[in-house]
Amino acid sequence: MTARTRRVVNRVMGELTALAAGLVILPLLLIFGFLLFQGASAINVDFFTHLPKPVGEDGGGMANAIIGSLILVGLAACLGLPIGILGGVYLAESRDRRMPWLVRFLADVLNGVPSIVIGIFAYALVVLPMRRFSALAGAVALAVIMLPIVVRTSEELVRLVPSSLREAALALGIPEWKVILRVVLPTARAGIITGVMVAVARVAGETAPLLFTAFGNRFWHQGLDQPIAALPLQIFAYAIAPYDDWHRQAWAGALVLIGMVFIVSLAARVATRGRFSGVR
Amino acid sequence: MVDGIQVTGVNAWFGSVHVLKGIDLAMAPKAVTAIIGPSGCGKSTFIRCLNRMHEVVPEARVSGTVLVEGEDVYAAGVDPVQVRRRIGMVFQRPNPFPTMSVFDNVAAGLRLAGIRRRADLQEAVERALRQAALWDEVKDGLDKSGTSLSGGQQQRLCIARALAVDPAVLLMDEPCSALDPIATARIEELILELRGALTIVIVTHNMQQAARVSEATAFFLMGELVEFGVTRELFTNPRDKRTEDYITGRFG
Repeated sequence: MTARTRRVVNRVMGELTALAAGLVILPLLLIFGFLLFQGASAINVDFFTHLPKPVGEDGGGMANAIIGSLILVGLAACLGLPIGILGGVYLAESRDRRMPWLVRFLADVLNGVPSIVIGIFAYALVVLPMRRFSALAGAVALAVIMLPIVVRTSEELVRLVPSSLREAALALGIPEWKVILRVVLPTARAGIITGVMVAVARVAGETAPLLFTAFGNRFWHQGLDQPIAALPLQIFAYAIAPYDDWHRQAWAGALVLIGMVFIVSLAARVATRGRFSGVR
Repeated sequence: MVDGIQVTGVNAWFGSVHVLKGIDLAMAPKAVTAIIGPSGCGKSTFIRCLNRMHEVVPEARVSGTVLVEGEDVYAAGVDPVQVRRRIGMVFQRPNPFPTMSVFDNVAAGLRLAGIRRRADLQEAVERALRQAALWDEVKDGLDKSGTSLSGGQQQRLCIARALAVDPAVLLMDEPCSALDPIATARIEELILELRGALTIVIVTHNMQQAARVSEATAFFLMGELVEFGVTRELFTNPRDKRTEDYITGRFG
């Protein structure tokens, strides 16, 4: 190969990889642009501060659904993240062979279970005994969806922490649990947060498992044991309704949902940023 | 009280592989003992048996007795965490904690042992960094990342980290094998300065290094202790043919 062809091939391949990288973010940009185009006109102060108006009345907002989604996802994170991260640590650090293999396999299966089936599971587990749709039931469904993602990413990231760091800490006379808490997890922090944010973003948009758990609500939050509104549910209800102003509000709701995921991801990164980076 | 380290009948295994075979060795207190031998002869495993780090590896086993300052570290009821607090260790590759600053790296052992007072920590960190001959180079950048230092500085940082908890023994597992000759020379100077303050056991591939820094040298071959004696005598007048072959470069 001559120097000239080598330079040309290098140039072409470089451009191709850049093009591929551009294509990756293109769908997001298109979706965002389309939502802005369709929904921006329906976004105003009322949208964030008011309850939905009855059919036929103009105005109103989705404040209840915005707060409902925050409560549902927050509660799901409180239930799912500690279990998921601790489970991931177990999978990565355990010396046992069989049990981690089984958990890993089943977590991957759980990750493939359709979310509506997980909704049915939460219905049977929480809604039937309580005889009531509730925020709690919705959060349980979302937490179950988060679990496999958080477990597997935490495991991978904890595994990436070099064993020489564990040895250095153990040789200092630090007990193993403190080594994991103070050396291993901080080193894996940035990567684990990425996994956590993927899981949060994923469940923030889930609709199907909330249909018969959180159920939806046209009023303000009334307690964790009561049905609760959620943005995806409200978007769904508004999108299939035959009214033009509801359609516009559904678009606006979708725009707000994406914006919320974006802000929460950004905030989580900034808030948990260590001074020095570990494994990414 | 018996000072130093007395090792009697130590055997070690990885699974079914017998890597140390009946080692008896007495290391003098507050002196430097070098362990030499070809790769895979068990010298690293041997020093990892002294601070109970061997058992950290899955399926690794040890038998025999190791007395450190008269106490059997393998006696029933002895907590390996307490053993390791009295025995510092420095590894082949510098391994500062990447999420911690220079200060936090040195303070890590103390903090995790429950010492919280800022003044105590500051004092101990400065003392350890001075002992490790690193203070003058890092005193203006104590809050910088530990991994931002050069390789040789990182290794001295790891030595400071081990010294900060005031151990009775310092184990060094080929501490210079990842360093250039200048950084190596600094570590060797440091070892000579620390001699007299604590008991040092150093594993090295470099026979000149063993000759330069140690009072006593042990030669290991295929899991056995072949010869142990005063460093100068071992290098000038080895008793065993295999030691002579090794130090004259006829094999290994």
